[in-house]
Amino acid sequence: METILVLAHTEADGSPAQTVRESLHAAVNLHQASPDSKLVVGLIGTNVEAAANAIAACPATKYFGVTGAEFAQPRYATDCAAAEAICKSAQATIVIAPATARWNRVLAGLAQRLGGRADTHVTGISAESGVIGISRWYYRQRMEALVQRTQRPWIVAIDPGSQTPCNCGAGTAVVEVISMQIPEASLRTKVVGVRAPAADAQTIRPDAKLLFVTGAGWTKKQADGQTHVPEAEHLIRDFLKVSRASLGSSKSLVDLGGEGQAILPFLSHLNQIGQTGATPRHPKGLSTCCHGEEPHTVGWRFIAERRAISLDANCGWARGKTDVLYVADAFQVMQKVNALLAANP
Amino acid sequence: MSIAYQIVVCAGIVPDPLQTLEPVTSPAGPALKNEMMLPAVLDPWAGHALFEAANLAKNLPGSKVWLVSFGPKAKLQQVMMTVAQKVPFELVALDGPASGFTEATEVAAALTEAIQAIPALDKSKLLVFGGWESASRGAGATLQMLGERLGISDQFQGVDELKVSADGTMEIWERIEGGRHQVSQCAGAPALLGWATGNLPEPKNNPQVGMTNMRTVMPALQKAKPQKLAGDGLKFASVTLPKQMRDTKIVKDASPDDIAKEIVDWIKQ
Repeated sequence: METILVLAHTEADGSPAQTVRESLHAAVNLHQASPDSKLVVGLIGTNVEAAANAIAACPATKYFGVTGAEFAQPRYATDCAAAEAICKSAQATIVIAPATARWNRVLAGLAQRLGGRADTHVTGISAESGVIGISRWYYRQRMEALVQRTQRPWIVAIDPGSQTPCNCGAGTAVVEVISMQIPEASLRTKVVGVRAPAADAQTIRPDAKLLFVTGAGWTKKQADGQTHVPEAEHLIRDFLKVSRASLGSSKSLVDLGGEGQAILPFLSHLNQIGQTGATPRHPKGLSTCCHGEEPHTVGWRFIAERRAISLDANCGWARGKTDVLYVADAFQVMQKVNALLAANP
Repeated sequence: MSIAYQIVVCAGIVPDPLQTLEPVTSPAGPALKNEMMLPAVLDPWAGHALFEAANLAKNLPGSKVWLVSFGPKAKLQQVMMTVAQKVPFELVALDGPASGFTEATEVAAALTEAIQAIPALDKSKLLVFGGWESASRGAGATLQMLGERLGISDQFQGVDELKVSADGTMEIWERIEGGRHQVSQCAGAPALLGWATGNLPEPKNNPQVGMTNMRTVMPALQKAKPQKLAGDGLKFASVTLPKQMRDTKIVKDASPDDIAKEIVDWIKQ
């Protein structure tokens, strides 16, 4: 009999994040497909009552919590200790957790501590004929595997955006709080802050409906034999402003910045998508001046609707990677797009 | 500043990102078609870790960098011909599969053994570096498990910056959601850092560094212990390439106005 534990941390305001509901959705489905299984929830944070109450209508039979000021900070030593205590108290055999930055820092170490196994970046979990399997991608999203394991506990980190959030309603949950003594050695690390670009300069927007990807073509010589980098910067910034899209970039364009060339200064490696960058999830994606070769398009794996603007009709996008390829000058098109969006926000 | 670190960088090798990869079934489980024929490179994020380690060691006299690498001996040798010219390090090689389908726990166990066997290793000076995720398994699991095995509970993942103060306190910037960084202060070594891109460009090849490194690289490769990874309890029910090919509509000879209107309509849908 499997004991399925949904392991989550609360947000700064004590609420459960959307990613918790996504993991809960996967766990509830697994619980319903696994006869005799038990579903429990474990929460970590300064105070977990509000988070537990927010999802109290889910089919979980028990709630565990580790609370206290020490657990407000996303820190390996305290997070791992708290998660270990919950897993042991719940006697969990399957642990399902959202793959947040905080949990990604901890879950594999937790598996090691518990003598179990961990699979991260999981995009699906199923139980067929009593055998639980998870889907995840290998080689930077280039091939997908269905993995089964006999070892327990099995810790599964669900990639954000890969599941439908559960709509479990609120209620009153009784939380069994596990008391913990944190040794001084576990507090050697202190989180002192979060650095983020100013609101206007923040170009990475995970919740945006559109991913806008810029390729190295923006910095190349145009039809007049000259580069037009300031104009490119202006067009891209304007588009982000009027569309509220999230900005991605090909590796080559980001690398040019790292080499000290005077190009699009707002791009960093954090914007990079593709084989050595991120694979964000957005409903739509628009690529500009990017030739659509495999290392770049790996970053588009989880983009539902795709369109691309390129001057090359035979570029990689034309080979079944986008829904629509506009063979056109992105400078001209984006200028018009910006004007239309500005006129009709 | 009188701080000196012993920096152990764990870095595997992966197929060159520009290669076409195709999964096949081998007697040992899933593998890549012509895996041994594919040109290999140092795992990109682990490569950044190596460059950051070398830079730190350069700035803190008395520090030393070891590169612990797990992969088929012949492939390691090929990759080291390039990597050894970048920065100074001492190689510790483990001869085993570099496949992404291996079990992270088992790789972590082998790496732990190799690190613990480094002569005169002082845990109070130890910094373990690596890539926060590999370009093969891409799980971000091995380093954390290694840290647990070494008893290191100050761990950081997605690191883009490390600053060391005169008193040995470390300020570490880790990537978090939304293009932001979490900034932490750690009291000092031992610590484990899984690097993202960092801030340093790839160093240019330096034949002099290459010559020095090769004095230890070749003996390390010769005495690399063969590692057998059993993969107990792990089953790959399937490994497939994504089959979805889109029926791309190619729009040529349309005016920028028409294209812009179509794109705006689509964005607003």
